[in-house]
Amino acid sequence: MQNNAMILTKQENGVLTITLNRPDKLNSFNDEMHQQLSEALKIAEREDTVRCLVITGSGRGFCAGQDLNDRNVSIGTETPDLGYSVETFYNPLIRRLIALPKPIICSVNGVAAGAGAAIALAGDIVIAAKNANFIQSFCRLGLVPDSGGSWFLPQLAGHARAMGMALLGDKISAEQALQWGMIWQVTESDALASTVNTLAQHLATQPTYGLGLIKKAIYSAATNTLDEQLDLECDLQRLGGRSEDYREGVDAFLNKREPKFKGR
Amino acid sequence: MQTDWILAQTANRVLTLTLNRPEVRNALNTDCLEQLVKYLEQADINPDIGAVVITGNTRFFAAGADLKELQQQTVATAITDRRPQVWRRFSQVTKPIISAVNGYALGAGFELVLASDIVIAGESARFGLPEITLGLIPGAGGTQRLVRSVGKSLAMQMVLTGEAINAPRALQAGLINQICVDKLVVEYAQKIANRISAHAPLAIKAAKAAINAAQEMSLSDGLQLERQYFVSLAGTDDRREGINAFFEKRPPKFTGQ
Repeated sequence: MQNNAMILTKQENGVLTITLNRPDKLNSFNDEMHQQLSEALKIAEREDTVRCLVITGSGRGFCAGQDLNDRNVSIGTETPDLGYSVETFYNPLIRRLIALPKPIICSVNGVAAGAGAAIALAGDIVIAAKNANFIQSFCRLGLVPDSGGSWFLPQLAGHARAMGMALLGDKISAEQALQWGMIWQVTESDALASTVNTLAQHLATQPTYGLGLIKKAIYSAATNTLDEQLDLECDLQRLGGRSEDYREGVDAFLNKREPKFKGR
Repeated sequence: MQTDWILAQTANRVLTLTLNRPEVRNALNTDCLEQLVKYLEQADINPDIGAVVITGNTRFFAAGADLKELQQQTVATAITDRRPQVWRRFSQVTKPIISAVNGYALGAGFELVLASDIVIAGESARFGLPEITLGLIPGAGGTQRLVRSVGKSLAMQMVLTGEAINAPRALQAGLINQICVDKLVVEYAQKIANRISAHAPLAIKAAKAAINAAQEMSLSDGLQLERQYFVSLAGTDDRREGINAFFEKRPPKFTGQ
């Protein structure tokens, strides 16, 4: 692995762990880091052996969003086109995470701010250390929650809390995020890695293809009408029923044994 | 020997034709197009076929015409090109044609979709006419069928920018009938084709001709033509059978007579 790697990857027992690795910058993004992350995601997308993706940060933060040092916006310089960065890097990243037909665990080890908070919430199962927190910092700079932040917040926490978080930019503790239904679990800080690891190992043995269909169903529900969703469920169930893992699951149940899922 | 660019498969009364030139993204060269039309013409006179499904692969329905062919074209060879005849034969097929689209349907591939009767698209489907980016324009109905289907504003945008639209946009514009998950596209197209195939063949033929005529004539002429088709079916065995079966609460047995 390169010494200057801003993204570390590790693959073990069906789990691909992607670690955001600019600890001195709280793992905030620059363009190069986006490109490295994009390469790492290709592994998750293309390798059938990857059956669960874990995203975490190195050092004391999870991800502080965009690295502001990358931006020269002093008076007199031309105004930057932040839309470019959003459409080139952040939007494709979020779309790929949502579309990945495998479960993603975000292991939030510390502060998740700005786009970093949105990336954390784009995980299918979000587990945070007790000392972690979530900050919608955009409002302090005259900006808007991007990377899906303005979509995830009302979806997860409801309108009132979304507005409060987005307009005030207050630090939301892991406990608060859990109470508000934004995340799945909070652990003691030193227990985060092992908790995430146990869960990831479990997910990597499950019917991955079926989990991918579930993920698609749940995300589609946010924009579909009930009628559309019923049709989609029918399509997805049709596909699930044709998977090898479905036969294995039923057979194991009927024969009272542990199923051995292949993820297809 | 000529390479076979089309895979053909018949199940029940439905013929499924799969464009099979994956190494060139299913580009529709003249040979390929001609083979496709031959299959369609054979199906058209085969009483065992009720409807046809045309599809590509998971990434490409068809990415356009063969640019190498176009590259060698001069004004003289363009004038004498046999492709326009092939396209005309395509539009003369009387049996219903359903396109099952996954991935890109661009240029000639999109014109093939526009020339078919019903379109089922996967979520991955993209439709576009990128001819303009090559310094040419659509040459197989792209400008004409598109504007009749989606109206002027979207047609202009698509033809003048060359940028493709996605499946939800295409559905919204009325360009396609249905979106479903990619893996079920061909199956659902075949399901519709099966349903069509179960109906009286002469009535299906008349219905398709009447709807196509709507693109060609005024409403009053169209209504008159529709009446003629309607009357012409009055003497058919299948019409009697259809109505009798309805009253007798049983499925009809059509003979095509």
